[in-house]
Amino acid sequence: MSLTYLDAIREAQARALADDPRVFIYGQDIGTFGGAFKATKNLAQRFPGRVIDSPISEDAMLGLAVGAAIQGMRPIIEMQFADFSTLGFNQIVNQAATLYWRTRVPCPITVRLPCGGTSGSGPFHSQSMEAVYAHYPGLIVMTPATVEDAYSMLLEAIALDDPVIFCEHKYLYYHLKAAQLPVEAMPTGKARIARAGRDMTLVAYSAMVHEALAVADELASEGAEIEVVDLRSVKPLDTDTVMASVARTGRLLCVGEAWPWGGVTAEVIARVTSEGFGLLDAPPQRLNAKETPVPYHPSLWAAHRPTAHSIAAAARRLLRL
Amino acid sequence: MFQDTKETLPEDTEADTVPCMAHAQLSHHAVSGDSSFRDLYVKAYRVMLLARVLDDKFASLYRMGKIHGGVFLGRGQEALSVAAGLALRKGDIFAPLIRDGAGRLAFGEPILDAVRTYLGSPLGPMRARDGNVHRGRPREGVFAMISHLGSMISMVNGALLAHRFKGISDTVGVASVGDGATSTGSFHEGVNQAAVEKLPLVLIIANNQYAYSTPTERQFACASLLDKAAGYGIQGEAVEGTDLSACLRVIGGAVNRARAGNGPQMVVAQLLRLCGHGEHDDAGYIDPNLKQSPVGRDCLKVAESFLVEEGWVDTPTLAAWRNEAVQETEASVAQVQREAGPDPYKEDWSALASKHLSEGYDQSCPP
Repeated sequence: MSLTYLDAIREAQARALADDPRVFIYGQDIGTFGGAFKATKNLAQRFPGRVIDSPISEDAMLGLAVGAAIQGMRPIIEMQFADFSTLGFNQIVNQAATLYWRTRVPCPITVRLPCGGTSGSGPFHSQSMEAVYAHYPGLIVMTPATVEDAYSMLLEAIALDDPVIFCEHKYLYYHLKAAQLPVEAMPTGKARIARAGRDMTLVAYSAMVHEALAVADELASEGAEIEVVDLRSVKPLDTDTVMASVARTGRLLCVGEAWPWGGVTAEVIARVTSEGFGLLDAPPQRLNAKETPVPYHPSLWAAHRPTAHSIAAAARRLLRL
Repeated sequence: MFQDTKETLPEDTEADTVPCMAHAQLSHHAVSGDSSFRDLYVKAYRVMLLARVLDDKFASLYRMGKIHGGVFLGRGQEALSVAAGLALRKGDIFAPLIRDGAGRLAFGEPILDAVRTYLGSPLGPMRARDGNVHRGRPREGVFAMISHLGSMISMVNGALLAHRFKGISDTVGVASVGDGATSTGSFHEGVNQAAVEKLPLVLIIANNQYAYSTPTERQFACASLLDKAAGYGIQGEAVEGTDLSACLRVIGGAVNRARAGNGPQMVVAQLLRLCGHGEHDDAGYIDPNLKQSPVGRDCLKVAESFLVEEGWVDTPTLAAWRNEAVQETEASVAQVQREAGPDPYKEDWSALASKHLSEGYDQSCPP
């Protein structure tokens, strides 16, 4: 048996629906059709009345989720693409994220954002929104990189009493496979050492973890041992694990598929620099997407975002510093 | 009669703490001879009076510099507002407009909630984290508004959908908005969503002729906001917002229809805001002709005259009621003014309910 990252997301939702009567899913085309990516395939049939097609109204979809959460439900909202969450942005950052702080009524909603670039998708179906949401207090932002995390973190997202922005990478949907669903899971808030090494810390999350692992393989043949840290969630950000890794390696390269300005890589480097300056043997480096909208053409797209090739080049430079 | 709104609620009290004063089971033919209608009218008038007196006190405290931030009054909109509050009952949902002080009191919001929120007392429901009209007790059905117009409608929808999931079929939700909110995308999405799901939403639109300073002709181009109801496929009714009898009848009817399973109801009221947008605003932009027109009548005075003309109340009783409202307001303000303000050193500076996920990392400035 083999399960994809997408299967894991579907199975996690099925399990949540089966285990908890408070859970329902609301989103565009998710009922009989099963969703644009089939993340809810057959769920409407298996759980009648609990997988509901919404009008194309991102703002109202998220507002509805908050109101239902106040009344004790645990809604999962599927955004068809992360990019469209800008239309529901107000309800996420002003309504959901502030509710508990203002009123002490928790807001247990899960917002699933199919994010990240795939070739040919262009500027409005490719965005990585994690840094935007991480900026706001009151939100948890998960960025799973593995089939196991996609499953267990989505279940944890649904169980948490806070609004969770669940960034599921579209490229990983079909490309990533595992033999089975996980039995045990690391808790959210803990980063994972995806590969141990002593020469450099390579921090990544979501799809970039796999580019980072490929780089670690490649550079191992050149004699460099790279430690890959998978952040798993960008908020909370496990500064301790990153810092401990940098203490071992003395070098830090942070990679993100999103834009650089004020982003996750900037936050990681700010924290390491301000708290662990003395641990660094070289200036910390980062690699992000280029500062333009995400291009459509495959050759432009491949050059726009970090790849194993560009990360390896950055890693080699850092190792020489 | 305000006994049940006087209770001081301890901070952590859950549920069943906010009693609902009443609900309207109005006959469409309610006339002044009907004693149940008379009781309702009198009850409504006294809530309106308390709301007006409380508003006047807030305005005065604002001018004295005793209130931080804005003050937003419901002057001129009390009749419409109180009708909504009285039509609701325990278990219903109310997402008030900024001018719904009367409706809040009628639905059972303690007067102390308003005073504590305006004066920044940590004992209030918002614990000095948010102020003025941004208050509520969501678990008890009063949603705490954010400032983004129209965005509460879909929240009410969500609560009503949750009731449907739980098999609760006899509750309704009132979302109260102004003419300005009808221009937002949130309004459109929210009303359409309620219509698609056939939810028991009662949408009350207080057309007070100005959104801040913008007159209605710069806000929408349809002849009447009521025209929008047909576009959404829902029922709608107009009401004279300055006439308490009409408001009680029309809002009561809309709430009853929603409760009976007839889907979303829209009520559009014509009235005039008899104050600025906030107390910082002298409202010099309001057309003097509007003030002289029927829409510019003071609903409280209209109701007062009606009570006297019908012989339901004499003038000394009216004065005694006003005095009671003043006493209650003054007592609440005096009580809250003795309460200590929030202590930034004792504040929980975390926005998450999941405390274990709050980052210990904090490079913000110390308080």
